[in-house]
Amino acid sequence: MADTMPSYIGRSVVRREDNRLLKGAGTFVGDMKLEGMVHVAIVRSQQAHARINSVDLEAARNADGVVLALAGAELKDVLPPISGMQVAAPKGWRDGMDPHIDIPDQTLVPYDKLRYVGEPYALVVAGDRYMAEDAAELIEGDFDPLPPIASAEAALDAEALVHDHLPGNIAATLHAKKGEGEAALEAAPHRLKRRYYHHRYAAMPMECRGVVAEYDSRTDSITVWSSTQVVHWVRREVANALDMPEERVRVVAPDVGGGFGGKGHVYPEDILIAYLAKRLDRPVKWLEDRHEHLLNAAHSRDNLFDIEVGYDDDGRISVVKNYFLVDSGAYSPVGAAIAGNSIAHFMGPYDIPHYEADCKVMMTNRTPNAPYRGAGRPEVAFAMERSIDLIANELGLDPAEVRFRNMIQPEQMPYAVGLPYRDGVMIEYDSGDYPEALRKALDGIGGLDEFRSRQKAALAEGRYLGLGLGCYVEGTGIGPFEGATVKIDSSGKVMVATGACPQGQGHETAFAQVAADIWNVPIEDVVVTLADTSHVTMGYGTIASRSAVTASGAIKDSSDKVKEKVFAIAANVLEASESDLELRNGSVGVKGVPEMSMTLKEVARAALPGWIHQRPEGIEAGLEGTAYYEPPTVTWAYAANAAIVEIDAQTGVVKIENYVEVHDAGTLINPGIADGQVRGGLVQGIGGGLFEELFYDEHGQLMTGSFMDYLLPTASDIPPINVIHTETPSPRNSFGFKGLGEGGAIAPPVVIANAVCDALKSFGAELNSTPVRAEQILNIIDAGVAAAE
Amino acid sequence: MKAPRKVSLTVNGEALSGEASPRMLFADFLRDVLGKTGTHVGCEHGVCGACTVIVDDVAVRSCLMFAVQAEGADVKTVEGLADGEELHPLQKLFSEHRALQCGYCTPGMLMTAIDLVASNNALSEQDIKVGMSAALCRCTGYDGIVKAVTAYAEQVHGKPIKRESDNG
Repeated sequence: MADTMPSYIGRSVVRREDNRLLKGAGTFVGDMKLEGMVHVAIVRSQQAHARINSVDLEAARNADGVVLALAGAELKDVLPPISGMQVAAPKGWRDGMDPHIDIPDQTLVPYDKLRYVGEPYALVVAGDRYMAEDAAELIEGDFDPLPPIASAEAALDAEALVHDHLPGNIAATLHAKKGEGEAALEAAPHRLKRRYYHHRYAAMPMECRGVVAEYDSRTDSITVWSSTQVVHWVRREVANALDMPEERVRVVAPDVGGGFGGKGHVYPEDILIAYLAKRLDRPVKWLEDRHEHLLNAAHSRDNLFDIEVGYDDDGRISVVKNYFLVDSGAYSPVGAAIAGNSIAHFMGPYDIPHYEADCKVMMTNRTPNAPYRGAGRPEVAFAMERSIDLIANELGLDPAEVRFRNMIQPEQMPYAVGLPYRDGVMIEYDSGDYPEALRKALDGIGGLDEFRSRQKAALAEGRYLGLGLGCYVEGTGIGPFEGATVKIDSSGKVMVATGACPQGQGHETAFAQVAADIWNVPIEDVVVTLADTSHVTMGYGTIASRSAVTASGAIKDSSDKVKEKVFAIAANVLEASESDLELRNGSVGVKGVPEMSMTLKEVARAALPGWIHQRPEGIEAGLEGTAYYEPPTVTWAYAANAAIVEIDAQTGVVKIENYVEVHDAGTLINPGIADGQVRGGLVQGIGGGLFEELFYDEHGQLMTGSFMDYLLPTASDIPPINVIHTETPSPRNSFGFKGLGEGGAIAPPVVIANAVCDALKSFGAELNSTPVRAEQILNIIDAGVAAAE
Repeated sequence: MKAPRKVSLTVNGEALSGEASPRMLFADFLRDVLGKTGTHVGCEHGVCGACTVIVDDVAVRSCLMFAVQAEGADVKTVEGLADGEELHPLQKLFSEHRALQCGYCTPGMLMTAIDLVASNNALSEQDIKVGMSAALCRCTGYDGIVKAVTAYAEQVHGKPIKRESDNG
């Protein structure tokens, strides 16, 4: 490629999205208004577990403005459930994880029993939302309460079953082993045994979910606008449920107000609203309100670990045994995928020869659990990184030192972990320098020795400072594939469409940067279309920190197809050899001969079908190419975190003085966007570590069902955060990209817990669950003081 | 349910009117009746601040106000900030400091910040953090928002604001 244009990759180009969003001119699902549109209100269970005897719709049907009122019984034979087994498990993964999986199907609107507070059992369609909600209040259900199964542990021994065909309430078991596994514990000089609990919290995007659908009877086709991260997946399920060809179902995600995984799978409402639009032959709109979102949009985390670690006198870990329960709630929309992530990521950046993991995915009467930013990794990072700090305490070593002693060294790269990844490929960390990341993080907080002296001096004054560390690796850019179509029409613009579905990641900008570099054109000449199934035949979507890697790969592969034609046609027109041609600033020209060139616009016109085309023989008309990039396997991002906290011994409040994350996601497309992604993730992690909690009582009632109780971090809660980006390119794709959407959210809960325990070491503090609550801290201090007296 | 009433008000300098039942939320009136969908709804119980607009020079949560209460009011919404294609200085700073990602909270953030800066000419960075805590953002982690509002306050009041980072 001629060096006539600046490269866009690596520059913090101002986002294309900003202008419309700043002006309030974006279009979110809630902003859509179609002629004749009617509105849906959904009636949701107030009981965690109950048999449905009957649902009385009469009063609702007679209410003002009501078009339709339905309960599950009327839909039972009309709409199939969402299959519980929709995420593929490739052979290599099955071989290494010994999975027994029987994830239950999810009935869109249950007719026989209710399995969680918030589950739909009826709906109303009316002229406006106010009327729909009025009528929804008139719907009365006759239910027989069933014993609620309020936690994963309770589910194991419960007589009651969430799903009658799942004895023991087990939806999946996984088992994986590396080396001698548990047997290696026998040989270990020391053992640490602990129980850890990572609590339930959720993505909580500022825009709740919403769906609008419009049916066109002339063409028997339907368009669905959904606030989703996976338009192609929604299309597949809508087409399946309505028995329509996928080609007649168009799914669009317009501007989406945050997702973070919570909008990363198909929900019943995606299908229901499409069904209603077809049945009524009118546009139909449903918007989730915040209370519904808290009850019904997927929750996440909620894992209970029993861990045993074997280590020697130097703190070298020889074996980890990891037994854990996932509280998956009443359904498991993404199957055992999160549990598989947890098993695969447990050992993180550490060189541990033996490992054994057993997992049960439990059904309970809680809201379904699905991936949220981190997806199984924050949970295991908590268990692993707490264990390291506890080992350090046992041996009287600094936690930083124990980490350095166990870390995979850069010369061990690529490092074979000995477990399969979810894509079926044996895990091999591709690149990175993990100890260097930790050194940089310690430098970032002012140096380890300096901190320890300061900590000691502070303690002498009765002030409690603590250092928390947390390291992780993250498989990113997972397949199976992403699609892209690239076209150059007679305007000469490069048009790029991919299956990526952004929710604030700045994809329009980032993929314009990628395409502009691939084509050597000014970025203004790149037109990007996203999240619309009508532009890309097959796509996968934006989940799992995957789009930078997979959509860029698809843009490159489809561009390569189009470039072949561009060069062949230009060679024909310019009467030059293809090998003498280059792309330069929107043109194709002969190397070293500036005056011999033609613009992409001219090439596109020469490529047109018809009488005056200038294509050489054998070159088909049009400049258009589609490719489906199937990554060889994942790329491995990694990070080291260090934070200093100070505890207020009077109130138990944790003040984070300084938080540093050294993050490596390979080559960065747009460092400004990348920084925002990591930073935003960190703040979600801090929220999860200190404030946010989806707390259930023993009856399976959610006690934090509003923003008065579910506390999101605010501007004044945020400590100074320093994100240091290093860029170790991945050898697994031509750009060197790794994914980074989730990483930030992984470490903060354990970093905070470690820091608090470090600060309160003199009280023998040990916090092995999240979130870290002020009352726990006060209890630790009180107990420590009492013990001393 | 009572019969709809006519509500007449000024929105971004333009005299407008529409029908609202007495219980209609002002946020819904702005969005559904007047078509001003730039104002977003995030929680409908007055916590998230996404629906913040300025009514008679005071920032209010339009989800906690009835449309009929806006009779005769002078209302400013996000749609009134830019001058045609020319962004408002605060909007420019938001883009420059990467104070938005998904953009859903952004209109409420902008209106909250405009009210905060207009009503206090001696803001510290800490005041800005506390003031901006009236609105929730789930994407950015607030760093860019605080920086943008701090820079805006400096522009408006013509004097520098001490940052926490200045200490180090």
